This record gives sequence, C-alpha cells and structure tokens, in this order.
Amino acid sequence: MATEQDKILEEVTKGEYKYGFYTDIEMDMLPKGLSEEVIKEISKRKGEPEFMLEYRLEAYRNWLKMETPDWAHLNIPEIDFQDIIYYAAPKSKPKLDSMDDVDPELKATFDKLGIPLEEQKQLAGVAVDAVMDSVSVKTTFRETLAEKGIIFCSISDAIKEYPDLVKKHLGSVVPPNDNYFAALNSAVFSDGSFVYIPKGVRSPVELSTYFRINAMNTGQFERTLIVAEDDSYVSYLEGCTAPQRDENQLHAAIVEIVAMERAEVKYSTVQNWYPGDKDGKGGIYNFVTKRGLCKGDYSKISWTQVETGSAITWKYPSCVLMGDHSSGEFYSVALTNNHQQADTGTKMIHLGKNTKSLVVSKGISAGKSQNSYRGLVKVSKRAENARNFSQCDSLLMGDKCGAHTFPYLEINNNSAKVEHEATTSKIGEDQIFYCNQRGIDTESAVGLIVNGYVKEVINQLPMEFAVEAQKLLEISLEGSVG
Amino acid sequence: MLSIKNLHAKIEDKEILRGIDLKVKPGEVHAIMGPNGSGKSTLASVLAGNEMFEVSEGEVQFNGKDILEMAPEDRAREGLFLSFQYPVEIPGVSMVNFLRTSINELRKYREEKPLSASEFLKLMREKKNLVDIDSDLTNRSVNEGFSGGEKKKNEIFQMAMLEPKLSILDETDSGLDIDALRVVANGVNKLKRPDNATVLITHYQRLLEYIVPDYVHVLYHGRIVKTGGKELAHELEANGYDWIKKEFGDK
Repeated sequence: MATEQDKILEEVTKGEYKYGFYTDIEMDMLPKGLSEEVIKEISKRKGEPEFMLEYRLEAYRNWLKMETPDWAHLNIPEIDFQDIIYYAAPKSKPKLDSMDDVDPELKATFDKLGIPLEEQKQLAGVAVDAVMDSVSVKTTFRETLAEKGIIFCSISDAIKEYPDLVKKHLGSVVPPNDNYFAALNSAVFSDGSFVYIPKGVRSPVELSTYFRINAMNTGQFERTLIVAEDDSYVSYLEGCTAPQRDENQLHAAIVEIVAMERAEVKYSTVQNWYPGDKDGKGGIYNFVTKRGLCKGDYSKISWTQVETGSAITWKYPSCVLMGDHSSGEFYSVALTNNHQQADTGTKMIHLGKNTKSLVVSKGISAGKSQNSYRGLVKVSKRAENARNFSQCDSLLMGDKCGAHTFPYLEINNNSAKVEHEATTSKIGEDQIFYCNQRGIDTESAVGLIVNGYVKEVINQLPMEFAVEAQKLLEISLEGSVG
Repeated sequence: MLSIKNLHAKIEDKEILRGIDLKVKPGEVHAIMGPNGSGKSTLASVLAGNEMFEVSEGEVQFNGKDILEMAPEDRAREGLFLSFQYPVEIPGVSMVNFLRTSINELRKYREEKPLSASEFLKLMREKKNLVDIDSDLTNRSVNEGFSGGEKKKNEIFQMAMLEPKLSILDETDSGLDIDALRVVANGVNKLKRPDNATVLITHYQRLLEYIVPDYVHVLYHGRIVKTGGKELAHELEANGYDWIKKEFGDK
C-alpha cells in the first residue's frame, strides 16, 4: 500500500525545472573575488556619491569579522567568496529611453519567461522595473507614477537622484551589521528597486519587479527599499525565475520597508530560482533578509511569499511593530522537492501598544527535501495588549522528506495574547483515489489538493500573480507533463 | 453493460473475492447483500480500480471494454461511478472547483467542449433541485466538516452531476437517518433511466424499501451464493444471514 503511494508520488514529484535556459548577452564584469578595491570599483562604476562608498566599506569591514550563521536546519556547503563575481552589467547602450533601446536578446528572454515588458502591461495595470543581473534595464510608467509623486526606480538611480531619501532610510531597518549575509549585501549590492510613496498617496497600480540571475558565477545582491509616508498605500510584487546552471549561485538580497503613520505596504513574492536537478546538483543559495518597520501608529505591513525554488532558502520576512496599533502579516507557501532545503518563517517584533500580527505558513515537502518553519514572536515590555496568531501547517508527500516547525516566543508583557496552531498532514492515497474515481488523474489531483491547501495564502496575492503562483506550484510538483 | 467473470482479488496475500460472476444490463437495479466481511466493498473497490487490491484471476467487461487494465480515472471517464462508503475530505478544494474539474475531464474524454462557468452553475442548480441537496454543501470544501448523512447526499449529488452509465453505491445507506435515507433513495430513483444501471451494495434491507431492485444477490465468502428477486431481500431481513452461513459456510 505504502509503496504504491510512494510510486505515485515519486512520479508526480520528479519534475525538473522548466525555466532553465541561458541568454547569451555580452557582459561587462569585474574579476572574481572580494576586497576593498573591488568595492571601490563597484561604487565607482556605478557613479555613487561618497556616502555610499563609506556605507559599503563599513559593511564590508563588519562582514569580515562575522561568521556564516549555522543555526538554521540547513546543510550549507562552504561558500568560497573569492570565487564569486561581484559586479556584472549587461553591455548595452548607456541610456535607455524607450523600448527600442532594449537589447533584443534581453527582450526575448523576458518574453520566454512570460514577462510582458511591452505596453500591454499598462492595460494590466502593472508597472514593471525589470532587473537582469545588476543593472536596471528598463522602467515603465515612471512618468505616470511621477505625476502622483511616486518614485519607482532602480536603487542605483535613486542613490544618484534622491541621495537624501536613500541616505535617510537605507539601512534604517536592516543595519549593515545585522547579519552575515546582510553585511555582505550592504557591501556589494549591485542593484534593485527603490519605491517612495508620498504622504496621502495610494499607488494606482501594483508595482512589480522581476529578478533574474543570468551571468555564470555572478553573485546576485539585490537591494530593495520601500518608503511609505503617512496615509499612503502601495502593493509591490516581486517574482523571479533563473536559468538552469550546474554551479551553485549565491543570492543574498535585502528588502527594507518603512511604513509611516497609517501607511500600508503589501509585499508579495513568487520565488522560483533554479532549485538544482533531481540529484541535488546545482541550484541557487538564497539568503535573504527582508524586514519591514511599522514606524508610524496604525501602520501595516503584509508579506506574502510563494517559495518554490532555490537549493537552499534562508529567509525570514519580518515586521517590527513600533507604532502603536500597527500590524504585521506573514502569509507563506514554501514548497520543497527533490533535494531542496528551506528554512523560512518570520519574526514579529511587538514594540508598540495594541499591535497585532498574523502568521499563516504552509509548507509542502516532497522528494527528499527538508522544509522548516522558523518563527519568532517577541512582545516587548511596553507593548500592551499585543496580539498574535500563528498557523503553521505542513503537508508531506511521500516518506523521504521532512517537515519541521520551530516556533520561538519571547513574551515580556502579561497582557499579550499569543496563539500558535500547527498541523502536519500527508496527501492521502484515499484522497487521490477519490479524485481518480471522479475522472481526475493523479497529477491533476495532486495539483488540486495542493492548491486547496495553500488557498488561504494564494488569496492574498494580486489576481494575476495568484494564477502564476498556482501554475508554479503545479509545475514544481509535476513529473513528465510539459 | 457490465459483465464479471470468475473474478478473484486479494489484498496482500488474503483472497477476498473468490470467483464472482455477475451481469448487469442497462435499466437494471441490482442489490448485493451479505454479512460483514463477505467482500461487498472489496468488489466495489476492485471495479473502481483501487490499487490496494490485486486482481489474480477473471475478467471484467464494461461497455465491451476490458476495464481491469484501465486506470481508475479512465474507468470513471467510461461512465463508472462509485459512491464511497466513506467519502474522503479534501480541505481547501471547493465542491464547485472539484466537480467542474471532474465534469470537464469526463467531457474531454468524450471529446466534448468543457462547460463554461455559467453552464456549469446552471447544471449545478438543476441537479441540486433534483436530488434536494442544501445549497450550503456545494459552497464548502469537498466533504470537509460534512456530517455522515451530508457526505452520502453529496455522493448522490455528484452522481447526478456526472450522469454515469453504471453507479455502484457502496453502503450508501449506512449511518443515515430516515430522512437522509429518503433523500438518497429519491435521488437514485429520479436518476434511473433505461440506459443506465445501478448496483446497490448494502447490509440491510432497509434501503430496498425505497429503491426496488430487479435482482438481489447474496455475497458470502467472496462468492455470490444466491440470486433472486426482491423477495430474497425480505427473506434475509426476516431470517438474518445465519442460514446462508450454515448452508454455504466453509468447511
């Protein structure tokens, strides 16, 4: 009986990565290795002001004194940081004013990924800032957004054009010495996005960025900063797929969000970096620091993530609830298959009075993968009436994978109300047979059941993203269907 | 429509079906009765293609096709429907989504166009009235949090939606109160047509007061030991299964 089920599940879960292709674009890159000279060169090539260089160098000096964190439930191979290229820019025309200026090959890559850079996006109501490797290639809608006073541009441009804003907020949520990978990112980050929503403005469109790792041996160090002033609202989407590659690639990003009084920021991610092949060879190492600061009273930050890719995921999108009555949410689906390892979750730090947080985490483990939820709920002494509810579910497919839950609670105020619920279930042979008997084949049945299981999280995603995410989950679990 | 010849099946090394012969023609209702452990539910599972059981001998033809070689989903697409004794809960999957997927898989197999959302909802409304099922049930996840009776009604509702050629109702009457039993029986009677057939698997005669079978078979120790008309069911009700056990018990 058990073996029959294993056979079915093995068949459905042995699917290989569907987005493995490689674009041949001439690159402008620095040689491998990391040193103060390399950092100076990065800063120089990017034409950055002095304060940025100092910021980077300080982060680098901190990083040298730090060690790779080893507390996660992950088996991380040793990373040779001198064997990584820290700067690579596609060689293209220096300035891109319209679509015609975009490298046709680059455009073709985006098309293959189904990323419509074209003006159709305008109809769909999405402004896209596409990041390929290190340099921002094309920004749409900048003007439309600019009319409302919204700034949405690459972080490199922001550093040059809005140095005061960047200087004020960069590192204010994730300081350069926060952790090993954050320090590394702060030292060498190449590009990313900057969003600024002025007082009282609601962003009329969903903002989205697509990331993509594309150069051989290029470390990818994205940096995103979102600042929402009083009474503003923005929904930001991030999604990524990476080409298939044998050598492991390091990805250490930082996302910082600052929400002022009554501001609301929704940050959604669909992550599909190359997970490695069926035997666990290759794949992206994804070490991400994402943190939001609810600085103002009544502010709200909501993280939604659908994680299906990467060989190793180390990621804890967190909320620091500083303002009174502020609230944080974390909705997560983490799917691991084959030899993938994920250690992901959130931190909800309650500092203000009457702060609320909600955690909904859905783990799916298949193949020989290991999937861990790690969550911290911390209530400080002065955080009166803090509320937290956490729901952590795990779904197992087959008996060779693992699901783990590590909840941490630090409660320093007696008025706090903290609830944690956890369940573990298996996709049953009986559920699959029931679907089969209604004419639904096993692969579709698994898709149906998995999508039902994650519905609570997927519903948080904007419509077009939700559809993409559902497809992605099915693709990540399916076997032979092309 | 259905022709079973000398069917043997086992689970692990235990033989449960030991040579079943049965013929079902369009328009007929057959009842299969028997004491607990006689192999009734195994027969239903084997016909539906549950891989827990291994068929060791015999053949089963459905619509002139050998279905023992078919995957369970293809048997369903051919028009074989099993109303489960214990319908499974699938949390998070709405009845609407589940049934629409199911119907469209069946239509695809018959090379018909998938139903649009509005056509589907219309069909659902019609069938809901036909089998008298609460609207509320179809707005929930598949069988999740349903009472025993609701689960059984839901099976009949799915049967109404999918319009199978052959329906096998596995102990659909067990655990039902009299009202639910009536709803289920009415549903089955209304869905009866000259071109479809029903096999009722039941321990008790009770259901047969509402659904009148053309044939009653008694299954015992993996074989059909007695076949008769509806009066056989009355006999079983009055005398129990002991006389069967005495007459056909293994030595």
